[in-house]
Order: sequence, then structure tokens, then C-alpha cells
Amino acid sequence: MSNNTQRETWEEIVIRVLKKNKVSLVTYVPDNVLAQLIKLIEADPYFTVIAPAREEEAVGIVAGAYMAGKRGIALMQTSGFATVVNVLASLACPYQIPVVAMVSERGTLGEFQLGQSIVCRTMRPVLTSLGMEHFAIQDHDQVEFVVDGMLSQAFTTQAPATIILSPLLTKRKV
Amino acid sequence: MSNSEPDVTRESATVLNRTDLTRRLVARLKSEEAVIGGIGFTNFDLWASGQRPQNFYMLGSMGLATSIALGVAVAQPQRKVFALDGDGSALMQLGSFATVAAVAPKNLAVVIWDNGAYHITGAQETLTVKGADLVAIAKGAGLKQAYWAADAGHFETLVQRALINDGPWLIAAKIDKERPAGVTERDPVKIRLNFMNAIAPGS
Ligand SMILES: Cc1ncc(C[n+]2csc(CCOP(=O)(O)OP(=O)(O)O)c2C)c(N)n1
Repeated sequence: MSNNTQRETWEEIVIRVLKKNKVSLVTYVPDNVLAQLIKLIEADPYFTVIAPAREEEAVGIVAGAYMAGKRGIALMQTSGFATVVNVLASLACPYQIPVVAMVSERGTLGEFQLGQSIVCRTMRPVLTSLGMEHFAIQDHDQVEFVVDGMLSQAFTTQAPATIILSPLLTKRKV
Repeated sequence: MSNSEPDVTRESATVLNRTDLTRRLVARLKSEEAVIGGIGFTNFDLWASGQRPQNFYMLGSMGLATSIALGVAVAQPQRKVFALDGDGSALMQLGSFATVAAVAPKNLAVVIWDNGAYHITGAQETLTVKGADLVAIAKGAGLKQAYWAADAGHFETLVQRALINDGPWLIAAKIDKERPAGVTERDPVKIRLNFMNAIAPGS
């Protein structure tokens, strides 16, 4: 892109790709890194937004809506992901419900709380042992392709998936 | 809506039976209402009540019947949706009462079977026996239309109100420890496909 064109932020790309894939329900438990994305989504009438008390609910709501014909995504932080293992393993995976989670990765590349970094280390082994598709976006140039590919694959293969937002994308000053 | 709702508490509620009440509820469903049956004996009795295709049976994800039902309700505002769940399950996800209150879906009713026990895992006592009142908790979470069923007739009245009038609703019934009338067939993908086909938009 030329220097005088305003570059789309990663949040704006995510929103555009969600719409392209007809994902109109967004559930979330907040996180600082997701704050701008949440703000833009809440301001956009295309989206139905639900902010439940726990991430497990966020996954359950998206699962129910999918079965009733509305596609959704659940936004959360790494520590939130650690609380949804049971619902992924006992609902999304065995029933083949394509719940897509978008997880902002905290606990690595500059974390200042030991507990956060330990929680973060549980995420990939869990995803791997569940056999769940996951990918960490590290670069602005990857956002469109990865989010689009993860969403479309989840819905065409009826498989839950997790899109991880690496600090390389969300924290690095380019 | 009547303001003359009897003042029923967990103490004063008659002890009812889940198999009976599930059948009474299902008998009133005439418009392809969706029903989410929670883990424990709840989904067993839903299964035994006739296997309506619009039923979804949970074999895990304890506590999430209300959340799954909320998702269905939000996706299809024209369809009435019931979540059925045990007291042990409901206690595990009390925040979902507040979520339902905040979203305020007109088409959602949550039904809680309170046997004071985790029956399926050996009937260990739940916290409702120690005094946790799920209707009071629901009210505190913002669900204004939350009621104990005084008896089986009143249960049916409450269900009928939930079918006709705007929700969200929470109906709690104190139940006995009779075992359920059947066992759910444990095939998750079949359960999902039957449910999805039955509630597919435009079907
Ligand atoms: C997260 C989680 N914890 C514990 C269990 C084990 N478990 C399965 S069903 C159940 C009891 C359910 O109790 P309740 O909802 O009251 O239903 P009831 O058995 O009385 O019908 C328990 C503890 C589980 N499946 N998941």
C-alpha cells in the first residue's frame, strides 16, 4: 500500500472478514488487547454482541446460535481460554460444532506476571490434544488470509478452531 | 399478566417428579419449540418424553444448558426456546442467569429441576439443600419472572405463561429422587444433526 493511503488496522480487517464469512454474533469476555476490536464491533449494527459472565458461556452461546443458523465467534484472553477446555472437549468437538474462538495471547514476549505466562503455556498443548485447528497471527499481512481461512475451514468442516492473536501482531510497533 | 402469582418458596413448593413434569411440559409444545436438555438425568427424561427432533441433549458441558438455549433464542427470535437443567448444573453457571437477564430474550424460558442432589453421580447433596434458593438467585440476577412451581398444575400454568407471554422466564420445580424413565442415546453428531434439521430456518 502506498504511504498516503490510510492502512486498515488489524481490527478493521477482522471485522471485514467476519462479515465476509457471515459471522454476525460476537460473544466476549474483555481483554485489553481486544478493547478496540470490541469497541468497533459494539458500534457496528451488523453484529449481535453478548458479553456474558464467563468464557464458557461465550462458547455455549455461540454453539447454540450456530445450531440455530447464526454464525458466531467468541473473543477472549489466554486465561479465558484456559477455562473453556471442558466445553470445547465435551460440546464443540464431539458434536462437531464449529465454534471459533479468537484469543489474544498474553503471557509471552514481555509478560510481567508469572501466572499469566504459565496459563499461556497450557493453551497450545490443549489445542493440540483436542486436535483443534489453531494458528497464531504474528503479522499484519497475515490477518486477512488467516482469519478468512480459519473461519471458512471451521464452517465447511464443522470443526471448532482457535485464532490466536500474537503480541507480534497486537503489541509490536511497526 | 397476572399479579396474583402465589408466593411459593423452595420450602413450601410441593415435591414433584421430573419424568411427570417433563412430559407435561412436552405435551404443551405445539409450535416446534426448541428444548435444550442439560447433563445429568435432565436429558434422560427429555429423551424418554418422546424424542422430539427439536430437542438437544447435552452429554457434557455441565452448566451450559441455559447458555446454549440463549444462543438458539438469539439466533431465532420467533421460536420459543426452553433450557431444562438440574440444580447442580445451574449452580455451576449462575452468571448465565445474569447474562440472560441482560440480553432479555423474549422467547427463552429456563426450567430448573431441583432435587437437591447431583443425582446421576451418586445423589450427593447440592448447595440448594443448604439454603441456596435458585429462584431468589435468579431474581437477584435480574430475572424478574422467576417462580417456584407450587404443584404440578401450577407448573403447567407457568409453562403456559412462558409459551404465551414474553420472557425471559425461570421456572423452578422441587423434585424427588426417582430415577429417569430412559437413557439418552449417546451419539453427539446425530443429536446435533437431528436438532439442526428440525430447527433449520425456513424448515
Ligand atoms: C464440569 C463437570 N463437573 C462434574 C461433572 C460430573 N457430573 C456429571 S453430571 C453431574 C451431576 C449433575 O447434577 P444435576 O445438574 O443436579 O442433575 P441430576 O444428576 O440431579 O439430574 C456431575 C457432577 C461433569 N460432567 N462436568
